[in-house]
Amino acid sequence: MNKLALYFEYPFVRYAMIVGVLIALCSSLLGVTLVLKRFSFIGDGLSHVAFGATAVAAAMRLTNNFLLVLPVTILCAILLLRTGQNAMIKGDAAIAMISVGTLAVGYLIMNVFSKSANISGDVCATLFGSTSILTLTATEVWLSAVLSVAVTAVFLVFYHKIFAVTFDEDFATATGIKAKLYNLILAVVIAVVIVIAMNLVGALLISALVIFPALSAMRAFKTFKAVTVCSVLISVSCAALGILISIVAGTPVGSTIVAVDIAGFFAFSAIGLITRRIN
Amino acid sequence: MPQLSCQNLTLGYEGKTIVSGLSFDINAGDYLCIVGENGSGKSTLMKTLLHLKTPASGQIVTGDGVKSNEIGYLPQQTAVQKDFPASVREVVRSGCLNRCGLRPFYSRQEKQLAEENMAKLGIFSLAKRCYRELSGGQQQRALLARALCATRKILLLDEPAAGLDPKATEEMYELIARLNGEGTTIVMISHDVAASVKYASHILHIGGGSALFFGPKSDYIRKNVSCGGGTYE
Ligand SMILES: Nc1ncnc2c1ncn2[C@@H]1O[C@H](COP(=O)(O)OP(=O)(O)OP(=O)(O)O)[C@@H](O)[C@H]1O
Ligand SMILES: [Mg+2]
Repeated sequence: MNKLALYFEYPFVRYAMIVGVLIALCSSLLGVTLVLKRFSFIGDGLSHVAFGATAVAAAMRLTNNFLLVLPVTILCAILLLRTGQNAMIKGDAAIAMISVGTLAVGYLIMNVFSKSANISGDVCATLFGSTSILTLTATEVWLSAVLSVAVTAVFLVFYHKIFAVTFDEDFATATGIKAKLYNLILAVVIAVVIVIAMNLVGALLISALVIFPALSAMRAFKTFKAVTVCSVLISVSCAALGILISIVAGTPVGSTIVAVDIAGFFAFSAIGLITRRIN
Repeated sequence: MPQLSCQNLTLGYEGKTIVSGLSFDINAGDYLCIVGENGSGKSTLMKTLLHLKTPASGQIVTGDGVKSNEIGYLPQQTAVQKDFPASVREVVRSGCLNRCGLRPFYSRQEKQLAEENMAKLGIFSLAKRCYRELSGGQQQRALLARALCATRKILLLDEPAAGLDPKATEEMYELIARLNGEGTTIVMISHDVAASVKYASHILHIGGGSALFFGPKSDYIRKNVSCGGGTYE
């Protein structure tokens, strides 16, 4: 306990905690919709795009890589959701293509242009977020905080519409809900979440952050509202716990949080089984 | 002025024509049954009426105080997955969304409307249940309650009795007839010609790429008999 109190004296530890919880909050809000729309892998594909863009930003020596990474990722999100609708290349193939392509090109660019002596260390950090969360600056924390609040606000304002469009797009469109517009909003918001979450868990582990809380909540609850609220609670507490463990035990932040999420998933599966037996 | 008027509609997918030359009017209080073989284009017609699909040519005009988002819809099958977490109440309430505009939450009247429609369709006791865990007939009722939340003016129903047992089918038809009696215009797709003839006021028969018949049901019965019956099965 004393050790923890000591750690929290350091600003970067406090930053890590704040950003971690905020990111967990907004990624889990979207997770439910993504899982239900069968879009789980879009998160994965987009995170690779964000990785590629980060590599390009590093090669161009941009001081604030958000400025490049965010627009590029948003653009790809919109393109990916489009292909889902009038599939020239089938949805999953398009995602696989973009995700593997940007991963390879990103790694190539990092290797060719990087001046750093420790390339594999840099790559590893971007992919798995190993240390980056503890090196956040105050500006990055503020930016993440603002984006998280924006994502949460958008979700709350459009909550019922997102439900309707996820549940039955045809009916929603027929009764005058602009389903295309809401799909677009979803795509943009997903991209924003991916980009800010990259700081926390790295490009490869973001999907876990998005999917696990939603799946855990769906084991135990049967209404959209209960599942949404529950997945937020699960996600936030798993992220906080994961960050604490990683500080005390010195394990990598991203993979520790994901490990806690996995444990949460099994716990909720068990709860779901038991409640079903009782009923 | 008719509530819904189709003028020389041609329906098709990617240049392939499925039905052409459809012209008919639907007036307030009508009960129109659309009949025809599998694949004749009934669902396609309904999706076009809902503006989910654009017609290859021709036009659809709404009138008599009906706006194009005031049409309730009961789909032939919903592509909702087995594990979708949604309570019956959440599903029914989502029908009220077209009244909300930009308001992010439901008003008290809208919640009240959802409760009334659940009561009307006899699913009030199921309000808290998970939609996906209901029987087919209960799901159809929930979706009909949702459609009623969207509008009381005109309802488009795509095989509302598909997969229901004879008793539930009978109840569903009675329910729809009751709604029609209360002033809601009904457009229903059905393979059940006997029921169509019993409840409908008008019949539209699609087949072989065009409308084989459109008119009041009395004419349909007369024509059917003079053709030696049975041919429209
Ligand atoms: N998305 C689609 N793309 C291309 N062709 C389609 C599509 N949907 C339907 N069709 C074709 O259009 C024709 C009419 O289909 P539709 O679903 O309207 O038939 P239906 O009359 O509703 O049949 P059923 O009685 O089986 O419901 C069929 O030949 C079908 O193959
Ligand atoms: Mg059909």
